[in-house]
Amino acid sequence: MSSTDQTPPPTPGVDWAEIQQSAEFRELRRRLRGWVFPMTVAFLVWYMLYVVMSSYAHDFMSTKLWGNINVALVFGLLQFVSTFLITGLYVRFTNRKIDPLADKIRHDIEGETSPVATDTEGGVR
Amino acid sequence: MNLAQGIEGSNAALNIGIFAVFVVITLVIVFRVSRSSRTAVDYYAAGHSFTGAQNGIAISGDYMSAASFLGIAGSIAVAGYDGFLYSIGFLVAWLVALLLVAELLRNTGRYTMGDVLSFRMRQRQVRAASATSTLVVSFFYLLAQMAGAGGLVALLLGVTNKAGQAAVIAVVGAIMILYVIIGGMRGTTWVQIIKAAMLIIGAAVMFLWVLGKYGFNLSDLLGGAVERAGDAGEALLNPGGLYGATGTSKLDFVSLALALVFGTAGLPHILMRFYTVPSAKEARKSVVWAIWLIGIFYLFTLVLGYGAGALVGADVITAAPGGQNSAAPLLAYALGGTVLLGIIAAVAFATILAVVAGLTITASASFAHDIYANIIKKGAADDKAAEVRVARITALVIGALAIIGGIAANGQNIAFLVALAFAVAASANLPTILYSLFWKRFNTSGALWSIYGGLAICVILIVFSPAVSGGEKSMFPSVDFAWFPLANPGIVSIPAAFLLGYVGTVLSKERNEAKYAEMEVRSLTGAGAEKAVVH
Repeated sequence: MSSTDQTPPPTPGVDWAEIQQSAEFRELRRRLRGWVFPMTVAFLVWYMLYVVMSSYAHDFMSTKLWGNINVALVFGLLQFVSTFLITGLYVRFTNRKIDPLADKIRHDIEGETSPVATDTEGGVR
Repeated sequence: MNLAQGIEGSNAALNIGIFAVFVVITLVIVFRVSRSSRTAVDYYAAGHSFTGAQNGIAISGDYMSAASFLGIAGSIAVAGYDGFLYSIGFLVAWLVALLLVAELLRNTGRYTMGDVLSFRMRQRQVRAASATSTLVVSFFYLLAQMAGAGGLVALLLGVTNKAGQAAVIAVVGAIMILYVIIGGMRGTTWVQIIKAAMLIIGAAVMFLWVLGKYGFNLSDLLGGAVERAGDAGEALLNPGGLYGATGTSKLDFVSLALALVFGTAGLPHILMRFYTVPSAKEARKSVVWAIWLIGIFYLFTLVLGYGAGALVGADVITAAPGGQNSAAPLLAYALGGTVLLGIIAAVAFATILAVVAGLTITASASFAHDIYANIIKKGAADDKAAEVRVARITALVIGALAIIGGIAANGQNIAFLVALAFAVAASANLPTILYSLFWKRFNTSGALWSIYGGLAICVILIVFSPAVSGGEKSMFPSVDFAWFPLANPGIVSIPAAFLLGYVGTVLSKERNEAKYAEMEVRSLTGAGAEKAVVH
């Protein structure tokens, strides 16, 4: 490592910019961002809707549905359901659409050069 | 069974005995694994060698603090539905970690948040900033846990004088320091795994027991809580019990909710856990495990809270030593008598111990790796043994500070201190991490603005909030210098930190697109990421 006061240079041996501009990598980035960004917006909106309703719509949230179960409780439990569901969908999505492509690009990189970080201590900065 | 005596049904010797068994078993394990904890990668990241499932259990053990076990169950029992709101924020927050942070962070760092930031920025400055916010967040969180230990002692061991409680806080701190110094991240992880298993099994037993008493009918259980509470009962089912009183308190809740959902993925002791696994895919598995375990646990606490309301009664809980925090232990006594109370008491102690150990190792790693090795030694500390030695000494110092702080903060509101740590993490850390991972233009100046700016705004607003002065529940009730109306600053400080990160970036000419190309490729593909260490 050179001086720690400057921004670090890229690790030599691999043309990172070329890989970043490659069709394969751009496809990988497009797939990942195309899934996680909208999904993040969706669950945050869903969560904030719940928060705002819990704060400002007491009457609606206190509506009894059956027995002592009211809208607030069901809405809260649905937040659990949606969290578990999105978790499951994300795993399925990454297994199918992300991992195979990411693995291929990684193998291409690590195959064409000496492995970038094999030592356990010095490592790559 | 005389419930009015409440916690006096507790058998201090039994409680201590069960806890001692936990301490002995975990210490033996910590000693055994310490043989392979000599190098920096072992001490900080357990050689990147835990599996996703193991790490996921450990994450849940790191995350489910005494505040979430005793605090949430107690809030639900006494204030009703609003206690449940905390659980939901704590859980949904994990989606931020899963979708945006965990894997990319694992691919671009080694031990600390400072590693990720310094990937393409001026190391010394961003490491100093990230170590500062790591130490601040960890210290607030530590204080909360240690102060909680004091309250728990009063509750479970019958130690009511402050000197006796101080002695127990010191003992808890000393055991925690042993775990961290001897076992490093490997030992700490095993302590968290064992604790998580105990906590989840303990909560599951009580969950089934409570539901069983009501024929596995949730509606009947809620009815029981309503009936037991008398006139105020119906309100327990509806939102508004804690935050519904005024316009300010409603907004305060929205602010808290933001801090919870954005804070988790910025908590340094959670981020550091992603480095204990060999790959991004294992980091993903860890988070999936953690989400399931944490979610199920919070469903348990919902039933435990209403169960305590129904079977013990809010009036009895509020009058017991420890107040709301005694709901879960009192419920254990009502269900299974002295023995179950002893088990739950030991679980609560184990919880504090494991969380505190995780915080201490994180803070010590940040100091030794970011400040000592890369700022003081300018990255030239080839002697990794020296770095680990510094980390161990730091752990000792932080542990000592935590003991002193915990004794001083004994009696403070635990939930408030934890919410504070979340607010700082959400303001100072998360914006910086997200910009760093996703924004090409982001640079050193932007990182410094968002970390220091977010930290400063957050802390200043807290100092001048009703949480610190001017109210009955304030830290200093007798004086009033509060001008910020909300107890939680998140709604202001989080957007402000994002804005500062943006402004700081565009005001600086620094660009490092070549290095960002490497960072982006490596973060998404895992090329060149740190591999597991084989012993």
